[in-house]
Amino acid sequence: MELRKQHDNRNLAPDIPDDWFVPKAKDENEAEAVVRPSLSYWQDAWRRLLKNKLAMAGLFFLIALAFMAIFGPMISPHSVSQQSLTNQNLPPSSKYWFGTDELGRDVFARTWYGARISLFVGIVAAMIDFAIGVIYGGIAGYKGGRTDNAMMRVVEILYGLPYLLVVILISVVMGPGLFTIIFALSVTGWIGMARIVRGQVLQIKNYEFVLASKTFGTKTSRIIRKNLLPNTMGPIIVQMTLTVPSAIFAEAFLSFLGLGIQPPFASWGSMASDGLSTILSGHWWRLFFPAFFISLTMFSFNVLGDGLQDALDPKLRR
Amino acid sequence: MTGYIIKRLIAMVVTLWFIITLTFFLMHSIPGSPFNEERNTSEAVQRNLESFYHLDKPLYVQYGMYLKSVVTFDFGPSIKKSSQTVNEMLGRGFPVSFELGIITLTVAVISGIALGIIAALRHNGFIDYLAMTIAVLGISVPNFVLATLLIQQLAVNLAILPVATWSSPKHMILPTLALATGPMAIIARLTRSSMLEVLTQDYIKTAKAKGLSPVKIVFKHALRNALLPVVTVLGSLAASILTGTFVIEKIFAIPGMGKYFVESINTRDYPVIMGTTVFYSSILIIMLFLVDIAYGVLDPRIKLHKKEAS
Repeated sequence: MELRKQHDNRNLAPDIPDDWFVPKAKDENEAEAVVRPSLSYWQDAWRRLLKNKLAMAGLFFLIALAFMAIFGPMISPHSVSQQSLTNQNLPPSSKYWFGTDELGRDVFARTWYGARISLFVGIVAAMIDFAIGVIYGGIAGYKGGRTDNAMMRVVEILYGLPYLLVVILISVVMGPGLFTIIFALSVTGWIGMARIVRGQVLQIKNYEFVLASKTFGTKTSRIIRKNLLPNTMGPIIVQMTLTVPSAIFAEAFLSFLGLGIQPPFASWGSMASDGLSTILSGHWWRLFFPAFFISLTMFSFNVLGDGLQDALDPKLRR
Repeated sequence: MTGYIIKRLIAMVVTLWFIITLTFFLMHSIPGSPFNEERNTSEAVQRNLESFYHLDKPLYVQYGMYLKSVVTFDFGPSIKKSSQTVNEMLGRGFPVSFELGIITLTVAVISGIALGIIAALRHNGFIDYLAMTIAVLGISVPNFVLATLLIQQLAVNLAILPVATWSSPKHMILPTLALATGPMAIIARLTRSSMLEVLTQDYIKTAKAKGLSPVKIVFKHALRNALLPVVTVLGSLAASILTGTFVIEKIFAIPGMGKYFVESINTRDYPVIMGTTVFYSSILIIMLFLVDIAYGVLDPRIKLHKKEAS
């Protein structure tokens, strides 16, 4: 295209004398005004994300949830584990904003306390997946050849394992608890991340700028840190925004099976599963609040993840 | 093609062996014997029990026996319900769970694809937003919450459907609905986005230019290509439906395999946990294998033996 245009231009005006061309007066202000500030990849992505209303709503909800998880239990006039046998199963009121449970505990305080645990489980699981997945996938992709083959064989075998079944098995063996849940979720959780990172690295390591870097004799560790990782960050972040809700979901699922967080502690999952049995006696608030916030979190992470995917990879935009 | 199938077959067997071994050693790493918690049994009875379940033999002998029992598909007796064998439980529970799973998968695939196509054809229209709202809600709401809401609204308040159990088609509606919504949402989103992508392709423009009817364009030209990504997620969807059955069967009191599994977890009935885990894993791993093969058959552009390199 470019070439042809140049060619055409040359042919268009063969006989125009040179003195017809007068240099335009330089106006620095004007020149300055046309130039659009150059944006880095991340600034550009952020601008695209800002335009996505749904994703911004998701981000807003998540910030609000995190804020309430930190400060919610402090705002509540009642403590998390304070029992009051005269105030059992009260519906939401001005005194108990989200009602009380069968031991007279304040559901409002417990909901935000549960938010701490649920968000903690999700975020820590995602961070562990990130750490293991990036290292494993990075090495496999960068080394390539036989190392890659051997490492991917292992991943292939683990990938076939049913995620929740393994999580259940480990929870049965280790006994329920916060640490068990995070450990169980990380055992197979990193595989998806490793596959993504490996695929990305495999592709990027043959790009010219990496080859140039190598030619200049850059150390391998620096190439991985400075050239490869920043360019794989997009898919990694998207994957992480999808890992967090799936970990929260898995925790809720485990709680439902009685393998989750044990009393007196509470997570959204354990509160919802306690609330299930009471819904038929009309105590809807016991299930509604934890279930609502699980759903809101899932929703927020999902739309934010979708938005990030569109923002970070404009080529895939539809 | 054959080379690839053989390679996948070997990987499948290794994965199966891995999960069997993992299950075995995990279950045996739990301290204490499963018998000394409930009653005070005498030393002799204790020893008899242990020899009945082969717990007195060295670990590697037990492991060998366990591998043999898996290969011959005989998981031995349950510890907590001593009159029953794990095989009997699987035999009784599996048909029910299978029925629930297949109905759910069918409903999810058909309605998900339909929703996705409609949303793609009315891109950015009202129906598109409606369909995607349903899809996002389906992904966001945990199935046990959905199941409870359905029971409360449709079975208790309106009393138009039975609350629980699995005895007639009418009983099947609520469990299926609760279980199918999540997978349906995933399929709908996937179908929509891949449909949108396919609809911009040149061969669709050609089909339009030829004057083909919209119905023919969608079903004959677009859908076939748009559905390929959907095929790839079928394996993991089957997995999520399968684990979903634990919860749904518990809530609706359906006498399927999931109910036995959950029970065995709560009572720490190790032979049943091991048997059901191995059984579930085998089904899932075989599913994944079939999906991989199906993908290669459906899309002739994929050269299976070169898949590793891409």
